[in-house]
Amino acid sequence: MDLKKTFDQALWVFHLNTGSCNGCDIEIVAALTPRYDVERFGIKLVGSPRHADVLLMTGPVTRAMAPRVKRVYNQTPDPKVVLVIGNCGTTTGVFYESYNILGPIDHFLKQIDPDVKIVYVPGCPPRPEAIIDAVAKAWLVLEELRGDNK
Amino acid sequence: MADTTYTFPIGPVHPALKEPTMFKFVMDGEVVVDVDVQPGINHRGIEFIGMRRNVLQTLHLAERICGICSIVHQYAFTLATERAAQVFEVPERAQYIRIIMAELERLHSHLLWAGVAAHELGFDTLLHLSWKIREDVQDVLEIISGNRVNYAMYYPGGVRRDIPPEKIPRIKKVLDHYKENFQMLADTFLGDPVIKHRTVGVGTLSKKDAIATSTVGPTTRASGVMKDVRFDQPYDAYADIDIKPVIPSNYGFEDAGDVYANIVVRLIEVAQSIEIIEYALDNMPSGPYRAEMNVNKVLMMLRKADGEGFGIHEAPRGEMCHYVRLKENQDNLDAWKVRASTYNNILAWQKKLIGQQIADVSIVAASIDPCIGCMDRVAVVDSRTGKEKIMTDVDFHRLSVEKTKRLRK
Repeated sequence: MDLKKTFDQALWVFHLNTGSCNGCDIEIVAALTPRYDVERFGIKLVGSPRHADVLLMTGPVTRAMAPRVKRVYNQTPDPKVVLVIGNCGTTTGVFYESYNILGPIDHFLKQIDPDVKIVYVPGCPPRPEAIIDAVAKAWLVLEELRGDNK
Repeated sequence: MADTTYTFPIGPVHPALKEPTMFKFVMDGEVVVDVDVQPGINHRGIEFIGMRRNVLQTLHLAERICGICSIVHQYAFTLATERAAQVFEVPERAQYIRIIMAELERLHSHLLWAGVAAHELGFDTLLHLSWKIREDVQDVLEIISGNRVNYAMYYPGGVRRDIPPEKIPRIKKVLDHYKENFQMLADTFLGDPVIKHRTVGVGTLSKKDAIATSTVGPTTRASGVMKDVRFDQPYDAYADIDIKPVIPSNYGFEDAGDVYANIVVRLIEVAQSIEIIEYALDNMPSGPYRAEMNVNKVLMMLRKADGEGFGIHEAPRGEMCHYVRLKENQDNLDAWKVRASTYNNILAWQKKLIGQQIADVSIVAASIDPCIGCMDRVAVVDSRTGKEKIMTDVDFHRLSVEKTKRLRK
């Protein structure tokens, strides 16, 4: 991994649960709290997608959440990266044959933005270390995007 | 509604709880006049999926109903399956390992809740402190099972993994660490004047209402109701241990049913769990940890079984039930019904929230330790019709009765 200009700016993340079982969500909070403590790098959970650089999405997309996934994605300012955390978000996992699960997260994001940048973090649930690693990867993508915008 | 009231929607995406659920509050100034809860956003149709898979596959699905209370679903499901099949004799060692895991789960769940409660109060230092302490029990769970969440420990006829003697000193070290830190945590939560101001008399649930809404677990014990499955109808190794339901008045506090009483109950249960784990570790008999080691044989036994079973477990959030029906010569489950503890406890929201200030809503809502992932399997409400519908206990009861009728057919 080659981080060139990294840490020039605090990274703010917004967390969206699209129908997850909570397993990934508590690991996200575990990554923020003292043992793993990503807040020391300026990575902070914010209350609104309008303030976020990175979207953390967990869980398979349920029928009720499908329109909200698109709405939250559209509300996030560019440049943005999506982190899909857990097996359910990447492939719908164990819930694949449910009548109320419409599909994995990228299925919906690609409908509204074919160029969406996604970092996948498989695992059930992924360990906090994996989540931190993925955030660092998202940072590289963001740097690239900023470079394009200049 | 009077002219002075207005509707204040929260959710389904909101920063307070980590899970999607939707509230509609009817407000008069700062005071909540009416509450409308619209669940069903997190509905994943798990019972439907489970009835298309065999028991050992569903065992893993049951675990993924909820990530925070994963083990309790697996526990209740295993108990229900064993009672339906009636062919497994669970070895004593397995029974002890089962309760050790269940109590470790309670430790981590209550500490997690303590952190969330502190966060809802705006006391983030305490959130970080509770979660820092919680990481130690996560280590123990990882040492035993290999995973921090979703431990996959239970199995029809025993447990999947043994706890070898060389791991026991490491577990005991963490328990000692907890005993040292427990007083500090208790002093902070129970003695801090700011926490007292925010929680005493806030979101009260009277004993009468607690019984009427059939709340379970710490929510009902905080109101002074003696209700604990481990005490009322002991199962597995809980029968060997003297467990008394924790109600605040036994420890010199008031059975007020407010947020403060909820904190008291959960903190004392942390101490109680530590005692249970220590007892179980010391008195665990040697022997096999599973009745049948061959997976194919287990599947054949389950395939030949015919009957129905009911598994009840005292989860960190309260009593939770799984109903399983097996049919002969059929791989998949014939019927599966899950009744999670939040399903009962959510009814208390209406009693607790009405008359509160809007600023207290999040801590009152959190006081029952809601677990939407557990609950959202049955009730489906269309939130887009915009129809004002109050989900009362009557509505929930009607849905529940209809579902039971369907299952009986």
